[in-house]
Amino acid sequence: MRFAVISFPGSNCDRDLYYAIVDSLGEQADLISYTSTDLSKYDTILIPGGFSYGDYLRSGAIAKFAPAMKSVKAFAASGRPVIGICNGFQILTEAGLLPGTLQHNTNISFISEWEPLEVVNNKTPFTNQYQVNQKIKLPIAHGDGNYYCDDDTLKSLKQNHQIVFKYRNNPNGSVDDIAGIVNRKGNVLGMMPHPERATEKILGGQDGLTLFQSILNSIKVRSLS
Amino acid sequence: MLKQAEKSPEEIRDQKIYRQWGMSDNEYHTVVNKLLHRLPNFTEAGILAGMWSEHCSYKNTKPLLRHFWSKGSKVLEGPGEDAGAIDIGDNQAVIFKAESHNHPSYVEPFEGAATGVGGIIRDIFSMGARPVALLDSLRFGELTNQKNKFLMDRTVDGIAHYGNSIGIPTVGGEIGFDSTYDKNSLVNVMCVGIENQDDLKQDKASGIGNSIIYVGAKTGRDGINGATFASNEFSDSKESDRSAVQVGDPFMEKLLVDACLDIIHHHSDILVGIQDMGAAGLVSSSAEMASKAKSGVDLNLDLVPQREPHMTPYEILLSESQERMLLCVKKGHEKTIIDIFKRFGLDGVVIGHVNNNGQYHLTQHGETVCNIPVHTIVDDVPEYTHPIIEPDRIKHPAADFVPTVNDAGQMLAKLLSQPTIASKQSVYRQYDSRVQTNTVVAPGSDAGIIRIRHTDKALAMTTDCNGRYVYLNPEIGGEIATSEAARNIVAGGGLPIGATDCLNFGNPEDSESYYALAKSIDGITKACKLFDTPVISGNVSLHNETDRKPIYPTPLIGMVGLIKHDDEITTQDAKHAGDLVYIVGKTYDDYSGSEIQKLIQHQISGRIKHFDLQTENKNRKLVYQSIVNHLVQSVHDLSEGGLGVSIAETLFKHDFGFNGQLDLLGRQLFAETQSRYVITVAPKQKNAFEKLMGDCVKQIGQITKEPIVKIKLNDQDVNMNETDLKQKWERGLN
Repeated sequence: MRFAVISFPGSNCDRDLYYAIVDSLGEQADLISYTSTDLSKYDTILIPGGFSYGDYLRSGAIAKFAPAMKSVKAFAASGRPVIGICNGFQILTEAGLLPGTLQHNTNISFISEWEPLEVVNNKTPFTNQYQVNQKIKLPIAHGDGNYYCDDDTLKSLKQNHQIVFKYRNNPNGSVDDIAGIVNRKGNVLGMMPHPERATEKILGGQDGLTLFQSILNSIKVRSLS
Repeated sequence: MLKQAEKSPEEIRDQKIYRQWGMSDNEYHTVVNKLLHRLPNFTEAGILAGMWSEHCSYKNTKPLLRHFWSKGSKVLEGPGEDAGAIDIGDNQAVIFKAESHNHPSYVEPFEGAATGVGGIIRDIFSMGARPVALLDSLRFGELTNQKNKFLMDRTVDGIAHYGNSIGIPTVGGEIGFDSTYDKNSLVNVMCVGIENQDDLKQDKASGIGNSIIYVGAKTGRDGINGATFASNEFSDSKESDRSAVQVGDPFMEKLLVDACLDIIHHHSDILVGIQDMGAAGLVSSSAEMASKAKSGVDLNLDLVPQREPHMTPYEILLSESQERMLLCVKKGHEKTIIDIFKRFGLDGVVIGHVNNNGQYHLTQHGETVCNIPVHTIVDDVPEYTHPIIEPDRIKHPAADFVPTVNDAGQMLAKLLSQPTIASKQSVYRQYDSRVQTNTVVAPGSDAGIIRIRHTDKALAMTTDCNGRYVYLNPEIGGEIATSEAARNIVAGGGLPIGATDCLNFGNPEDSESYYALAKSIDGITKACKLFDTPVISGNVSLHNETDRKPIYPTPLIGMVGLIKHDDEITTQDAKHAGDLVYIVGKTYDDYSGSEIQKLIQHQISGRIKHFDLQTENKNRKLVYQSIVNHLVQSVHDLSEGGLGVSIAETLFKHDFGFNGQLDLLGRQLFAETQSRYVITVAPKQKNAFEKLMGDCVKQIGQITKEPIVKIKLNDQDVNMNETDLKQKWERGLN
């Protein structure tokens, strides 16, 4: 299994994701440049957190024009898994791969905490190893994590079971306590919490590892069928 | 001052222009008569004034700083380079340094604090180390004053803005409040890095013809002569200091970190030296690089990337625009380096070459604008020593204060809500403390702890200083600051291995400030020798005063400890109901400079008694041994607010209670006697623990499931709800 972690200028969780895959999950990963356009040898694309292009203009707004993003769109269209975490989530909404947008937290400040979450949908390639309604804890670290979408979008997110993770004590003002969503097809996940920060016991928890194990499982199942 | 047209050498002499730049008449005459044997032109005089400022030259403090002990057997790099380095085994080194950014942060707290973070990070990665942690030590006036609340909020915003964006976790630090910092807040930032010892980089410019490459942000008119600014005190009537503050760009710095580390780690064969452009900007970095290699440099100022047109040589050289680095690269290999920068989206530019005549030679528009020996800029700086006179205030201290405490429970609640003691979680949650996925203990415990990836090791780190003790007795205060840092490291399970300092003092020409500086250095040195914690780097911030009123002398100690096995990592919170609670160390009636004295008397006075370095050292070693032997569940250092506060803080995380009996009076719950810890121990380890610790510990009670704090004292009983106490503690900052 081979994961690609795309490093944009200003990404700062790219190495963390790399280590989560290689050290904790025990699979292969490459850090690849935002200029790379050949993603053919990868099974999953990871778009890391950080402050791509300094988050100047708007979080994720410049990264969506990076050469790699065209290939990411094609990769997603082929039905293979793509995950955007934190700034990666912001990039995916800016790029139109996921609906909605992420605004400033309602309290204006940056928030860094272990946050209690609930797994709302475990029938995705990213959550199949969790129980439905399972309570988990993952770190959050963001200033712009307040998910917003209009009423119609929210309705369709609900109807299509696209809401995957919800906050149990909404820290940032997100609509419907949303912490993570998938696209309609279910192969593109965006989430504000950081699963890669919760893959080792010594760091305070391993609830994030289950997410990567789920991907592994879904790819194995798919290749068997 | 900044828009002034360039004066002629004669005008500089006759109108004494150099005085505006902080240069004295004597210094100017030394330059003219003994060093150059001619009148310096505008650029030359400006360069010398900047480089001879206290901020760059340490001319008032060097003779004292030489007293610091920096020789430990594990020291790879002592003071002098951008930051010091210590051997931590497995061919790895830890690099760390603390730096102040007090003046800019008072004038413009957001940018001042942000650029303080940026500056210290550059000192670390220019040594070849990947920055792995940040700590911030902040001091403000009382929060009852809205201005101080504003300063704190904006300072914290600035730190978060820079640190979060660049992706270095903030894992520790402390925040203290006292009216002494009312018009002179302190912002000290410490950065820690890790690297392979083979990659340790020195900042030298040697080899005739080698190229000087400039990379990073363009040079603008921001922060011009900030070094001189930092070497002056504030006055209420001076409003023109804003232009001396720089603006930071963490995104640019992130690119610089990645690109420079790539070059240091993969192209060390062609990289001769690398240095950050910090205080006094281009002139400081280039002249110091040349001085260390005993060579000179020719720089063409037309090639320096500039943000604004028509900048004068003086402005280009003394600008403190942020996120700029200077490299010395072997002749013929410039393109390799410039191409790497290009890959990271940065422009590297050759701006000059190393020469062999020892001259600092600058041209602009084809004309020589400066031609003076490097030696004169860097090494010919006069040094000043001042008499060390014990002030009457310290020679004849006021009578010792002994508080009357009729209701120790209520007093405990009150102390827990004092901003200095209260929870800082509302601040810490604004810092990304977990990026890089190495953080084991985030801010809020005695020490911040990160594991070293792919090893069994971890690093504990802390910053500490109680300026009140230093004010009352600088020597003992210095010993105590060092001791508290070491206690915090040990409480986290670390063996202290080295220290850095940030000496925040008033004007050194003021006899009391100078006395405090000299004596606190003596105290720190004594403690560091005994603890085997060499001082490997440091920073001096003088003139911390407004309208002639200095702050309490505040020599911040940053300390790093090595945790050899990550199962020795220890935290301050009690783990299980039923565990036994011990106190290490004896308690006396020590209230001079204490939080309770400040609370009751709104000022501090008296003598610092009962502190003994040998006892401190003995207690700390025993506590460390008890951790290594896996005999303890939690360890918490005692500091502001004394035993009462430490017991409460031990309970808060899991909402436990405490049931105990103390052979003390109510007031003694709040005595700040040093060398003490609160430790919890599982009942089955009682015998082994007591046997190891001997008579330096005493069992005082037990952790209970029921969240109630019950303490039997000789003159009264305490019976308080843990949840009520915790609420006071959590809301103290708001």
